[in-house]
Amino acid sequence: MSTATLAPAKPAKPTRSYALRDSLTMLRRNIKHMQRYPSMTISILVMPLLMLLLFVYVFGGALGAGIGAGGDRGDYINYLVPGIILMAATSGAVATAVSVCTDMTEGIVNRFRTMSISRGSILTGHVMGSVLQVAAVLVLVTGVSLAIGFRPDASVVEWAAAAGLLLFLAFGMAWLSAAMGMGAKTVESASNAPLPLTFLPFLGSAVVPPESMPTALRWFAEYQPFTPINETLRGLLLGTDIGNAGWIALAWCTALAALGYFWSRAVFNREVTR
Amino acid sequence: MSTTNHPTHAATAAATAAPGTRSTAISATGLRKSYGDKVVLDGIDLRIPEGTIFALLGPNGAGKTTTVEILSTLITADAGDALIAGHDVKADADSVRTLIGVTGQFAAVDGLLTAEENLLLMADLYHLSRSEGRRRTAELLERFDLTEAARKNVATFSGGMRRKLDLAMTLVGRPRIIFLDEPTTGLDPRSRRDMWELIRDLVTEQGVTIFLTTQYLEEADHLADRIAVLDHGKLVAEGTAEELKRLIPGGHVRVRFADEAHLATAAAVFGIATRDDEALALQIPSDGSVTNLRAILDALDGTGVQAESLTVHTPDLDDVFLTLTGKQNAPTVPAPSTATATQKESTR
Repeated sequence: MSTATLAPAKPAKPTRSYALRDSLTMLRRNIKHMQRYPSMTISILVMPLLMLLLFVYVFGGALGAGIGAGGDRGDYINYLVPGIILMAATSGAVATAVSVCTDMTEGIVNRFRTMSISRGSILTGHVMGSVLQVAAVLVLVTGVSLAIGFRPDASVVEWAAAAGLLLFLAFGMAWLSAAMGMGAKTVESASNAPLPLTFLPFLGSAVVPPESMPTALRWFAEYQPFTPINETLRGLLLGTDIGNAGWIALAWCTALAALGYFWSRAVFNREVTR
Repeated sequence: MSTTNHPTHAATAAATAAPGTRSTAISATGLRKSYGDKVVLDGIDLRIPEGTIFALLGPNGAGKTTTVEILSTLITADAGDALIAGHDVKADADSVRTLIGVTGQFAAVDGLLTAEENLLLMADLYHLSRSEGRRRTAELLERFDLTEAARKNVATFSGGMRRKLDLAMTLVGRPRIIFLDEPTTGLDPRSRRDMWELIRDLVTEQGVTIFLTTQYLEEADHLADRIAVLDHGKLVAEGTAEELKRLIPGGHVRVRFADEAHLATAAAVFGIATRDDEALALQIPSDGSVTNLRAILDALDGTGVQAESLTVHTPDLDDVFLTLTGKQNAPTVPAPSTATATQKESTR
């Protein structure tokens, strides 16, 4: 069509230049939501904490003996905590899926879509919010773990590496759950969609060594994404052997983030141009 | 009155009428949209001059919201072109978005924030400076009578307050063209009047162009300079409120007489009137204007018959929908007078 080129010559502001500013605006909006309605943040905090206390104080004695070499509850805390921290890093997924879905089903997103703003900012705001939320949960869960007897021997660099890996995982999970939230028709199904993902650490090396599992499950536990991430964390915090788990963990996190990102974009664009 | 004209011809004629002195804010030609087998818009032509209020009137499912969605860049049409202030909605969507504001059928407010925060959020997204954003927010809260509720959570707002906030949010960026999709559906009469006043002030004070959809003839009548009636994805009539009302056979004066003799005499005078022998009444088509009433009374006086009572029945929503938005068995609908529409356009 030729009228587009004949249209008044006022150059359209490139939306891209506002991508960061708009994303930060959306982030502030999401943080306000979290502050005003902390129940979601509390529930994603309570889950890993309950798991921690349950496994340490209820099962800890028996499991400590089970993981070998005359272990006790204290040894088991050290084995368990990296797994619990990993769970905490995945726990934000449900909250993200729910808040993205709520946004999509309400009129406000249609308003955003008629405004001259960076379109992606709606999602990047959610993803950044989710990562910050998870970071806060991680700090609290780690704090409680230290308080009940977690004794890591990590250096500052190792702590930083562990934090980086966890935040990278949270970032990938946030993109994935944003896609799930957008694809979901109702808030209920949005909250269910990421549940299998948050359950996966249990089927890995989070609470017990995979060697103690039946063959099929052990095979699954060894090759699923969370086991190498878990082993890397354990290695960074407690000095166990990491081997090539570190690279595999990074590869999985990259894959999760890439999958989530492209899936989100595809769903978002489909929803936009119905 | 000719009844053979195809209704959509009138719309086409109006859309292609010689350009007036005002420039065109919104124009569309041959807009089509279907979802699967269901045709929602079947060739819509529009031309809306700057600084006017245009109402798209139609029943549920006529395609009103779809039209707004296309013109506001939310969705793309399957065929046809639409220009907003000269910018193509498809090719130049971002320029269009800098010019428009949209207030949808369902209040698009953030229910988890306060009214003030909602407005500040808009200010940020319109890339206003912090101080400008604060000033604009305070100004709009004041103007929309929301200052007291500014720090309250929107979740606690009534429907009327939410709609007002919704419109206020649209105005933060000072849009030149505003789309209002059923702005008063579900509001109580008081809130509806408030909303009308706000909408009219926008046009008179700031000269914005308003594209309004509504199911209420009264609303279109009250606000709009021009009204188009949409049914099953087609424009079936277009014109001013007066022009449309004249097309609706529902407008009439009902005169009751003392006895049959008087009725018969009167009926002979008014050839086109409908006789109701049982009620001794005569139904005379009328637009309800004083001039028209006087003419009827004068005619009655001339014959010397005594009228017992007289009631004026002005066309209402039912009349419009039942006649213009053609059910198959509805009476034949005359097309709006193309000549009048074109004349009006050129005298502007």
